[in-house]
Amino acid sequence: MSAVLEARGVTRSFGPIRVLHGIDFALLPGEVHALIGENGAGKSTMMKILGGYLSPTEGELLLDGQPVRFADQRDAESAGILMIHQEFNLALQLTVEENLFLGREKRRGIFLDKAAMRDEARDLLARLDCHVNPRARIRDLSVPDRQMVEIARAIGRNARVLIMDEPTAVLTGRETDVLLGQIERLRAQGTAILYTSHKLDEIARIADRVTVLRDGSHITTRPAKGFTEHGMAEAMVGRELSDLFPPKPVAGDDIVLEVESLTVPGKVRDASFSLRRGEVLGFAGLVGSGRTELMEAIVGLRPATGAVRVNGKPLAAGSVLAARKAGLVYLTEDRKEKGLLLGKSLTENLTLLALDRFGTLTIDKRAEDKALTRAISDFDIRVKDRGMTAGSLSGGNQQKLLLAKTMLAEPQIVIIDEPTRGIDIGTKQQIYDFIAALAAQGKSVIVVSSELAEVIGLADRVIVMGRGHIAGELTGDAITEDAILRRAMGVGELTGASA
Amino acid sequence: MTDTTGETTAGPRRPRLNLHVLGPVLALIALIILGASLNSNFLSYGNVTNVLARSAFIGIIAVGMTFVITAGGIDLSVGSMAAFVAGVMILAMNAMIPTLGIGVPLIVAGMTVALLAGLGAGLINGFLISKVGIEAFIVTLGSMGIYRSLTTWLADGGTLSLDFDARSFYRPVYYDGILGIAWPIIVFALVAILGELAMRKTPFGRHCAALGANEQVARYSAVKVDRVRMATYVLLGMLVGVATIMYVPRLGSASGSTGVLWELEAIAAVIIGGTVLKGGFGRVWGTVVGVLILSLIDNILNLASIVSPYLNGAIQGVIVILAVVLQREGKSAD
Repeated sequence: MSAVLEARGVTRSFGPIRVLHGIDFALLPGEVHALIGENGAGKSTMMKILGGYLSPTEGELLLDGQPVRFADQRDAESAGILMIHQEFNLALQLTVEENLFLGREKRRGIFLDKAAMRDEARDLLARLDCHVNPRARIRDLSVPDRQMVEIARAIGRNARVLIMDEPTAVLTGRETDVLLGQIERLRAQGTAILYTSHKLDEIARIADRVTVLRDGSHITTRPAKGFTEHGMAEAMVGRELSDLFPPKPVAGDDIVLEVESLTVPGKVRDASFSLRRGEVLGFAGLVGSGRTELMEAIVGLRPATGAVRVNGKPLAAGSVLAARKAGLVYLTEDRKEKGLLLGKSLTENLTLLALDRFGTLTIDKRAEDKALTRAISDFDIRVKDRGMTAGSLSGGNQQKLLLAKTMLAEPQIVIIDEPTRGIDIGTKQQIYDFIAALAAQGKSVIVVSSELAEVIGLADRVIVMGRGHIAGELTGDAITEDAILRRAMGVGELTGASA
Repeated sequence: MTDTTGETTAGPRRPRLNLHVLGPVLALIALIILGASLNSNFLSYGNVTNVLARSAFIGIIAVGMTFVITAGGIDLSVGSMAAFVAGVMILAMNAMIPTLGIGVPLIVAGMTVALLAGLGAGLINGFLISKVGIEAFIVTLGSMGIYRSLTTWLADGGTLSLDFDARSFYRPVYYDGILGIAWPIIVFALVAILGELAMRKTPFGRHCAALGANEQVARYSAVKVDRVRMATYVLLGMLVGVATIMYVPRLGSASGSTGVLWELEAIAAVIIGGTVLKGGFGRVWGTVVGVLILSLIDNILNLASIVSPYLNGAIQGVIVILAVVLQREGKSAD
């Protein structure tokens, strides 16, 4: 079968820096082709070139065997190549159907044919098994729903080639199933799908062929069959991988954090738990179960009732600064919108949380500079230039910068929400090691994660949340995927939750 | 995931950024050369003092405006506020003459009233914006109308004049100075230097920029967002008070048409200086350059008879738009 879209010897440089080295790559109709690699391996650049967002510095693209140059992304779109981004391309103030037909509105005479558009929108969403109201505004939708709308938009444009940049990073397990089902349908219809994800199990499940990039070079392209997850990880990292999770630390006896009957109106009901010194406590649950809201309420980011005590002392409500001063910090799951100032320098980001440590009247810039040097080496942040903005770091390095920023406040208790979202396996391992090291130093860590493997691998005690309340607690060998899921879905109470 | 936009900034960004920074300065130098070549009086002591002293009012206000805009806000009320503060100051001073007599205490009392009035007005704006949560544009559009109308009402449709003897005593605050430098220029310079230091070197300046860049991130980073935002409006209000203190001795009066369009001139100066209108990045020295550019254009048109001075507003308008276009060029390099 001949390729629908092909890259030959594609090289791309940004200024003096070359990020892709002569990549050859072919996408066949009716295949799911996974593109994997660590952060910074060149996946995004490759996808942007294929999607018409960037042009290759050298080499050429072939569409149906004919050389082609896309002037821009719209040019690629009219050739049937659509890219779905991690950061969505949706107009927040418009409705679902308005977004689906944005730029290709149906008309009757000079007026919009709203009825026809609504019918087609409904049809598109139904094909995706997505139950959002076509008239809802995007800003009122949850992130997974927005993802579905984005996919519906691409399908509505009759994509021949669909480029999906980590489509499942924000989806729950069930939503992922729906999406993968849809991808299979598209494949059966002959659509070529380029797919990236850091979730290797997903790739093993859905992909026909796998291409691995490392440091901007093409490493291998192989059929997915017989390519194990471990094999993929090693091809990405370029070395042998030892055990992903470090040994679990042993928690002390004294209690450093007590949360009592915390209630966040509409989100969390009556949550109570405690945390010991040197403990890694896992928080599991489905998206929307109130985990993030509970954590935000604990550090004073959300209005709540109930009590929070740090080392036995009550914490003033509603003040992030008071929490920080008591040694309690929260690392957000949303590093792009809530964690980092993407347009600002690394230094300004690094010291923002603990700025008062750098002088009260004026900021000691030399000390800031030293702190950056230390953070770069302690957290292994790969920077090309110390003056670069936080937004131009890769996702994994942004996460490390966020960790460095948080640790600069010298906390005793660290709450980390989704510590490895959208991060490659090598960086993941570094972050896991770091969490274990924190606990070994006698600090206490709460890990909130949607990745069950992560919670199970890191924590020696796991609290499961479901629909806004604490649905169960598991310790030691009782922490299994099955046990967590049953509690999270509310079917596990009968079989004896210990909380 | 890989974010390759980073590589673009590493290489070609620097030189363009420099041009972006230097733009306003080059424009200022060009204007000075143009002015000097058109009229030999342009660089005379008298003219320079005149231009700088008259820039001082807008300049002092624009320094405060830089903080408000950097933190993601806007204040449309400063022109009306200046008129109102001037009116209140004049009324208070006239009322205090019988008790305090004409002398330094009267002037100090008047200045105190002006500062307090500015502070109060800034507090009201700041409270409505940061605590009640109404958009800055709406709040200050409202207070702009309120202060303007209150001033006209206080003056009963006419002019509020400072007592003649008090005015004679107060005049030197505008017209005199030390070492040949007029007071308004000295005060403007002080405000600008302190403002620049505050923006670049203090946690307050850093917090303003963080708040303007992304309020959520600031909140999650333990920045007291409400307090910082409030502080920018209070600071601006106080600087309006300071500007009024320098303004009243010049004419000794205030009316409903005092300070008309000052808000727009101040905002224009801030933008010309390279501060981002959407917030997140501010440059006080740039604002000073912006103020000077605006007043030099006015001055050159008045001195040289090539272009009608009536076109002043049009030329200033072109400059503002041009400045924003240049800003965007700088951005696209990011």
